[in-house]
Amino acid sequence: MNDQNIGQNSGMFGVEDTGDTSGYGGLTRQQATPSRTSDVGVQPYGGWFKELADALAFTEAEAVIHRGELTFHVRRERLLEALQVLRDELRFELCSGVSGVHYPADQGKELHAVYHLLSMTYNRRVRIETSAPDADPHVPSAVAIYPTLDWHERETYDMFGIVFDGHPGLTRILMPDDWPGHPQRKDYPLGGIPVEYKGATIPPPDTRRSYS
Amino acid sequence: MTATDADDARTFTVTGQDWDDLTDALKDVKDERIIVNMGPQHPSTHGVLRLILELEGETVTEARAGIGYLHTGIEKNLEFRPWTQGTTFVTRMDYLSPIFNETAYVLGVEKLLGIGAEVPEKADVIRVLLMELNRISSHLVAIATGGMELGALTVMTIGFRERELCLDLFEFITGLRMNHAYIRPGGIAQDVPEDTVARVSEFIELMKKRLPELAALCNANPIFKGRLEQVGYLDLEGCLALGLTGPVLRSTGYPWDLRKTQPYCGYEDYDFEVITWDTCDSYGRFRIRLAEMWESLRIMEQALKRLKDLDGAPVMVADKKIAWPSQLSVGADGQGNSLDHIRHIMGESMEALIHHFKLVTEGFRVPAGQAYVAIESPRGELAAHVVSDGGTKPYRVHFRDPSFTNLQATSVMSEGGMVADVIVAIASIDPVMGGVDR
Repeated sequence: MNDQNIGQNSGMFGVEDTGDTSGYGGLTRQQATPSRTSDVGVQPYGGWFKELADALAFTEAEAVIHRGELTFHVRRERLLEALQVLRDELRFELCSGVSGVHYPADQGKELHAVYHLLSMTYNRRVRIETSAPDADPHVPSAVAIYPTLDWHERETYDMFGIVFDGHPGLTRILMPDDWPGHPQRKDYPLGGIPVEYKGATIPPPDTRRSYS
Repeated sequence: MTATDADDARTFTVTGQDWDDLTDALKDVKDERIIVNMGPQHPSTHGVLRLILELEGETVTEARAGIGYLHTGIEKNLEFRPWTQGTTFVTRMDYLSPIFNETAYVLGVEKLLGIGAEVPEKADVIRVLLMELNRISSHLVAIATGGMELGALTVMTIGFRERELCLDLFEFITGLRMNHAYIRPGGIAQDVPEDTVARVSEFIELMKKRLPELAALCNANPIFKGRLEQVGYLDLEGCLALGLTGPVLRSTGYPWDLRKTQPYCGYEDYDFEVITWDTCDSYGRFRIRLAEMWESLRIMEQALKRLKDLDGAPVMVADKKIAWPSQLSVGADGQGNSLDHIRHIMGESMEALIHHFKLVTEGFRVPAGQAYVAIESPRGELAAHVVSDGGTKPYRVHFRDPSFTNLQATSVMSEGGMVADVIVAIASIDPVMGGVDR
C-alpha cells in the first residue's frame, strides 16, 4: 500500500534515487499517506490480528499493520458498529481517545479521526481510523459507546472542525468559544513574529527555510 | 463586592474580604440554589481550572469543569520544528512530569524510525532512573498541593521540601530543574555527570527517612481521613467508561500499570510491585501515591546498580544519521559548547562539518507511518500518537494526556457531595493543567 501517494513535497534534500545531492535540481519527493503505510510482507497475519479482522469483516474494514501496530480503516457509516463489536465482544474496555489528523491532499477524505482502543483483558491495542471529506466533516459520535470520548471529541472538533453527530454538547473546549477557525488544520497558519537575537533577525518558524 | 441583575438571575462578584457584604445582600434571598463560578484563578483549583458548581445549600448538584486556560498550541508548534526539537516542546506540556512527556514522544519517534532495539542499555537505564525520580517529585506535589487545599500546610511544606531535593538532582543531571529536553530520539542528550550514583544514593537514603514523616503525619490522622475517606468515589466500571487510568484506576483494586503490563525502556527487568487499594476513594489514591514513591525508590536503587556497571557505555544510538553530532556540556566559560567538537568540525574535517550542519539544521527523516506509544506517567496512561509523512518534521503529534481524560470524572466524583469535597476529589485526580490544555 506504499504506492498510495497523496502529494508531492518539493524541498532541497531528502530525495532518493538521484545523483544530484546538491539539492538545487528542483527536487521533488512523493508524499505517502502515513496512515496507510504498512509493513511489507506481514499479510497474511496470524494470531489475534486475524481474529479481529474476521470479527470486523462485516464492516468492510481495511487492515493495515505498521511497526507491529494494527489499524483498521472503517468507513464513517460503519464506525459505531465496529466500535460496538470491539467493546462488547472483543473486550476493548478502554478507549484512549480520539485524535484528528488533517491530510489536505487526501482527496475526499481530508479529515481523519483516529481512535485508540485498549483491551485490558487480553492486553492488546488496536487503532480504528475513519475519515470525512472537508466538504462534509461529519463523523458519528461514539460517546454513547465510550463515554470518555466526550472531551476528546470536543477537542478534535475544536482543533479540526470534525463535527461528531450525536455528541451531547459539541462545543469548543481548549480555544475560546468565539474563536474563528480550527487551529490544527494544515491550512491554519501557525502565526508568529520575527524575533531579534544578538543583532540577527530570526523569522517565525512557519516562514523559515523548509527541508521537507 | 458588586451585584448586578441580569436576565432572571442576580449575579454577585466577590473579590475577597467581603464575606459580610455578601451575607447581608443574600439575607432576603429565599432561594437556596446558587451557581458558583470557581476559578480559573483560585488557590484550591489545582491550577487554572474553572469549576462551575450548582449548589443547593452546601450540596453540589451539578459540577462542570472549564479548561483551556493554559492552551499553548504545543502540538501545532511541533509540526514546524525538526523531530529532535520536539522534545523541548513536549517537556513543557505536563510540567510536573517532563521526563515522562519526553519519553513518550521519543519512544514514538524511535518506533517510527525502527530503532527501538538499538537504543543503548545505558540510555534506557538513565531514562528509567529519571522517570522514577520524576514520579517521586510529581507524587510529592500531588500530596503537597492536595494537603494545602485541605488546609494542611505542613503537608505542603514537607512535600515541597522533598521535591526540592528531586529538582536539585534533575538540575545536577540534566542541567535544568524543569523543561529538561534531556531524553532525545535515539538515547539521551548527554551522559550523566560523574557523581550521579553517589548523589542519587544519598537522596534515596534521605528519602527513606523523610517519607515516613509524611506517612506519620497523614495516614492515621483523623481529620485527614475524615476529609478523604469515601470522598471522590469512582469504581472500576466508572473508571473504564470514563477512561481513567493511573492511581485513580488502581484505587479500585485493579492492578493496571503499563510498566508491568506493557513494559518499555526495560521495565520488565526491574523488581517492583504495583500498588493498589480497594476503597475507590481519595484516601486510597493518597495511599497509593505514598506507596508508589517507595516502589520508585526501589527501582532507582536497581537502576543505580546497573548504572555502575555501565561506566563509559554509549548513551546514544550508533547510527550517525540520527545521533546528535556533539556532546554538549557547559564549559568553564559558561557556554554550552563542546570545544573539541568545534575544533574537529571547524579545523579538521569538512565532512564532519557538513554532517553536523545537515543534522542540526535539516534534521533526520522519519519514515512515513503512525505510531501510538503509551507509558505509565504518575497520572496514568500518557501516550503520544506520532504521525510522519517521511519528512524532517512531525506531520502530527497528539498527546493523550492522562490529566485531560481523568478530569472528566470531576462531575461524577463530586455531584451529590459537599462543596469542600469537590476540592478533595479534584486533588485526588491530580490534574496538571499544563498537560490538560497543552
